[in-house]
Amino acid sequence: MNYEIIVVGGGHAGCEAAYASAKKGHKTLLITSNIKNIADMPCNPHIGGSAKGIVVREIDALGGIMGKVADKTHLQIKMLNSAKGPAVQALRAQGDKIAYPKEMLANLNSLNNLTIQEGMVEDLIIEENTAKGVTLEDGTKIISQKVILTTGTYLKADILVGSTRTRQGPHGEKPSNHLSDKLKEYGFNIIRLKTGTPQRIDRKTIDFSKTKLEPGDNKLLTFSFDLKPCYKIEDQEPCYLTYTTGETHKIIMDNLNKSSMYGGLDDIKGIGPRYCPSIEDKVVRFKDKERHQLFLEPESRYYDDIYVQGFSTSMPPEIQEKMVHSLPGLEKAKILKYGYAIEYDAIYPTQLNASLETKVIKNLYTAGQINGTSGYEEAACQGLMAGINAALSIEGKEPLILKRSDAYIGVLIDDLITKGIRDPYRLLSSRAEFRLILRSDNADLRLRKIGYEVGLISHEQLERLLTKEKEIEELKQFLKDNKIKINDNNQDLFKANGINVSNTTISLEQLIKRPQVTMSFLEQLINIPFKEEIKEQVEINYKYEGYIKKAIAEADKMLKLEKKQIPDDIDYYKIKNIASEARQKLNEVRPKTIAQAIRISGVNPSDIAVLSVYLKKEYNNHE
Amino acid sequence: MNDTICAISTAQGVGAIAIIRVSGIDAIKIVNKIFKGKDLTKVKSHTINYGHIVDKKKTIDEVLISVMKSPKTFTSEDTVEINTHGGIAPTNQVLELLLTNGCRLAEPGEFTKRAFLNGRIDLLEAEAVMDKINAQTEKQNEMANNQIKGKVSKLIDDLRDDMVQIISNINVNIDYPEYDDVDIITNDILVPKIKKLKEKIIKIIEESKNGEIIKNGITTCIVGEPNVGKSSLLNALLDENKAIVTDIAGTTRDIVEGRIIIDGIPLNIIDTAGIRKTNNIIESIGVEKSKEMLNKADLVLLVLNNNSKLTKDIKELYNKIKNKNHIIIVNKIDLENKLDLNYFPQNHIIKMSLKTKRGINKLKEKIKEEFNLEKIETEDPTYLSNTRSIAILKNCLKSIKDVEASIKNDIPIDMLEIDITNIWQELGKINGKYYDEELLDEMFSRFCLGK
Repeated sequence: MNYEIIVVGGGHAGCEAAYASAKKGHKTLLITSNIKNIADMPCNPHIGGSAKGIVVREIDALGGIMGKVADKTHLQIKMLNSAKGPAVQALRAQGDKIAYPKEMLANLNSLNNLTIQEGMVEDLIIEENTAKGVTLEDGTKIISQKVILTTGTYLKADILVGSTRTRQGPHGEKPSNHLSDKLKEYGFNIIRLKTGTPQRIDRKTIDFSKTKLEPGDNKLLTFSFDLKPCYKIEDQEPCYLTYTTGETHKIIMDNLNKSSMYGGLDDIKGIGPRYCPSIEDKVVRFKDKERHQLFLEPESRYYDDIYVQGFSTSMPPEIQEKMVHSLPGLEKAKILKYGYAIEYDAIYPTQLNASLETKVIKNLYTAGQINGTSGYEEAACQGLMAGINAALSIEGKEPLILKRSDAYIGVLIDDLITKGIRDPYRLLSSRAEFRLILRSDNADLRLRKIGYEVGLISHEQLERLLTKEKEIEELKQFLKDNKIKINDNNQDLFKANGINVSNTTISLEQLIKRPQVTMSFLEQLINIPFKEEIKEQVEINYKYEGYIKKAIAEADKMLKLEKKQIPDDIDYYKIKNIASEARQKLNEVRPKTIAQAIRISGVNPSDIAVLSVYLKKEYNNHE
Repeated sequence: MNDTICAISTAQGVGAIAIIRVSGIDAIKIVNKIFKGKDLTKVKSHTINYGHIVDKKKTIDEVLISVMKSPKTFTSEDTVEINTHGGIAPTNQVLELLLTNGCRLAEPGEFTKRAFLNGRIDLLEAEAVMDKINAQTEKQNEMANNQIKGKVSKLIDDLRDDMVQIISNINVNIDYPEYDDVDIITNDILVPKIKKLKEKIIKIIEESKNGEIIKNGITTCIVGEPNVGKSSLLNALLDENKAIVTDIAGTTRDIVEGRIIIDGIPLNIIDTAGIRKTNNIIESIGVEKSKEMLNKADLVLLVLNNNSKLTKDIKELYNKIKNKNHIIIVNKIDLENKLDLNYFPQNHIIKMSLKTKRGINKLKEKIKEEFNLEKIETEDPTYLSNTRSIAILKNCLKSIKDVEASIKNDIPIDMLEIDITNIWQELGKINGKYYDEELLDEMFSRFCLGK
C-alpha cells in the first residue's frame, strides 16, 4: 500500500497529526501498537492547565481536535488563575480516561482519508537522506511521501519500580527496541529522558471526609470555539485535596536508597522533569516543608481509579503501600496500580527545523515526547504542526511557522529547536515573553484565519470569527457613543463600587478605562446589548491597553530582528572572532534569523554583534 | 574585522614619545615591511624590539616596537605598538606609511570595539576603558579600573539577582496556581520588595553623583562685586594646588578655565574670563548667560569684601545662589568689618585674607565637607559614572514608580511581573547582559580615536 503521510504512534501527537493530514485531504496511515491505546492518558487525567490550557485553545483555533474531544468527555473543568490577570488565565479539565480515547477514535474513524493499522515500526525506509516510508517488525514495508514519528515514551522504554527495570511501555505495552538505534545510525543525536507517575487508588477505599473538596467551576466553559458546553455544572465530578504527613516523609527518608532514582537502580541515565518532581525529590529538596499537597483525582466515570497527583514515585511496592497508608483519608486505601518511573529515548530537538521536519532526514517529521517534551498538550500541538507542515509540503506550499508572538505553540517549537532541552520540556507562562498577547480568550482572534488558510477551518467557522471581530468594533463604538449623566441619583452606586467621580456627563469609554470600572458595573447603569465574549474582549482591551501596547511594541522590535535572516549556507568557522562555544552552538542550531540566534544559550551579545557585522559585510543584501 | 587598523594612541603632539597601535591579522606583516631591524614575523610574542622605521631606505624615526600575538592582546588580535619620538611630524609620517602599506585608519573607538567584539571585555568594561583613557586623576583611574575589573558590573548583577527572585516566584505562582509549596506573592508582599529595590536604585544613582564628581569634577563658579578679590582667590587656589591651568575647551561642554585637584577631586572653575576681564560676571556676559552659568555650577563661591557694606546687588546675587552648594568667602578680614555677616548663614561663611593667603586651607576643608569628599576619598570607588548607564537607571527608577502606582490600582500581579521583567532587562543593558542593537552603535560612536 502507498500513502501520502504515515504517522507512527497513536498518542496525542499522533492523533492530531493524522487528523490534520487526513482532514486536509491527504491519504494518511496511522500505525499504532494497539488501537485500544489511541489517545491514551497514561499519566495524569488533565487536559489543559496553566499555559497548556491556552495551547488547547490554540489547537482548536487552528482546526485541531483535542479541545473538542476534551469538551465532550471531561469530568470537570476550571478556569485557573481566575483571580489574576487575563494573560495567565487558562482552562483545565479533568479528562475521562475511557471516554476521551473513545471519542478521539470516533473522530479519527470519521475521516475518509485515514487508515488506522496496528503494528510496530522498527525502521524507516531511507534513500539519500530522505524518508520514503517505514518497515514494520515483520518486515512489511509501507511506502509514503512523508513520515511523522510520534512515538511518545515507547523508544526503548524501561519501567522502573524500586530495584526492578522492565523493558516495556506504559500499560505493559511492548516498546520499540530498534527504532532509536536506527535513528542513531541515520545521524540523530539520541538522549535518554525519564518521567514518572503516581499510584492509582480504589475510590471505594478512600475516606473522603478527611480531605477537602475541589469542585469544578460554577460557570459553563469550553476549550473549543465551536462547541456549546455539553455538560451540566452540577454533574461535574469533584477532586479532593489531602496532604503528606510527617510519617510519610519519614517513610520516604528511611527508604530512600530503595527508590529507583535514589540508588535502587544504579544505571539510571534519564533526566527527569524539573517541573514535575517525584515525591522523593520534593521531600529531599524541601526538607523544611512540613507537608506537600496531594490532589485525589478521578480518572473516569467508568471505573474507580483515583490518581494521586503530586505523589509520583519509583519506590518498591511494599514502601508505596506504607507511604499511601500514611496519608489522611487513605489509611485503608487499596492500591490498584503502583507508581513507577519510565525511561525512554528521545532525539535532541535542535536537530529539527521550525516546521518539525528533521534537519537530518528529509520528509521525516517528529512530534511530541520523542522531541523531548512532556505533557499531552505539548505533544498534541506539535502533532498538529507536523501534520499541517507535512501536508503543506506535499501541496508544494511553504511551511506554517508560528512566531513567538503568534502563539504558545510558536514559543514551544522555537524553544525546542533553538535552546534544546536538559529535561522533559514543559510549557510555562514564563517562557512566553509576549504572554499578554497570547491569551486564552483571544486564541481564535490570533489563529483562526491561519487555520482557514491552511485548510483546517471551514468557511462557516471563519464567518463566525469575522462576525466576532465586527461585534468587537461595534461595542467599542457603542462605548464611545453612549454617555452617562452622573448626578446625585446614581452617585451612590459609584461610591459603593469605590469609584470617585464628580457629577458630570461622561462616555462609557472614559469610564471603562478607569481601574475600578468593569463591564458588569456599567451594565447596572445601561443595557449593553452584546454577547459575553465580546464584552470580555473589549474590557480586556481597554483595561490593559497600556500593557498590551507595550507588549506589541516589544513584539515588533523582535520581529525586526526576526527579519534579519541568516543565510542557510553560512559557515560559522569562517567568522574569525566568534567565541568557540558560541560558534559550536550556532553551528549546531543553525538559526534562521538574528532574533533566533540571540535566544541560543551560550551565544553572548558580543557574538551577535560579530555575527551582524559579518553578515553585513559578506552578504550585502542583508537587512 | 578582517582588516588591519592603526591609530596614534597617545595625545597628539604632547609628551616625549608617541605610540602608534596596529591591530589585525596583518599587523606584524605590515609593520615589518617598514621596519629595519629584526624580522618581526620571527620574533617571540610580547617582546620589545629596537630598530628604525624606514620609507624607501630613508629613515623616518628611531623606534621601539612591541610585538604581541593573538589572543593575549587588548583586541585579541595580533597587535603591534610602535613607540616613536613624540612630535607631530614624525609620528604622522609613520602613520601615513602604515596606511600606504595596507592598514586602515581606525574609526573612533575601534580598538575597544574589537576588544569587546572579540569577547575580551564586557560593555561596562569597554566604557571604562574610555574613561581610563580620559582619566586625569588617580581617583578617576581607580574608578575606571574598578569598572574594568567588573566591580560595577557586579553591582548591577546583584540588583538583577534580587529581581530574578521576585520574578521567578511570581512565575511559579502563575504556573502552579493550586500549589502552596512556594509562597504566593501578593501585591501586599510585593510592596516592600519593590520599595527596597527602588531604594537600592536610588542609592546607586545618588552614589553615581560621586562617580560623576570623580570623573568630571566639581564645576565651580566664582562670583562677586568688582575688586573684592575674585581673581586673587582664583590665583591663590591655582597656586596653592600647583594646578593644571590649560584651556581644556571641549573636554566638557562647559568652558573650564582652571582645574584644581583637591584631594584627588578636580575642581573645574568656569568662566574665569568673566572674573578677570570685567570683574563682574553678570555685566560681562549678560543676565541670561550668567543664570545659565550659575545653573551649571555644582558649587558657587561668593566673594565679599569685609570692608564694605552689604548692597542690594549682593543680596540679589545671594538670592540667586542660596539654593545651590555655596560658600561665602569674606575677604579682607584684616581690614575693618563693615559687612553685615548676620545676613548669611554662619556655617557657609569662610573668612579669609587673600593678601596674606589666610584661610585657603579652611576653604579647602569646607569644599571637602560640602561634597563629602572624605568619604569619596576613603572609599573604594565603585560607581556607575557614565551617562548612558545613569540614564538607564533613571528610566528603571521611573518604571519602578509606575509599578508602585499600578499596585495601588490593583493591577494583577502577573501584569506587574511583566513590568518587573522589563526593568530587569533594562538593567541588563547597562552591563551588556541583555542584547540591544542600538546600544552597540550608540556606544561605539562615542569612543574617541585610538584605543
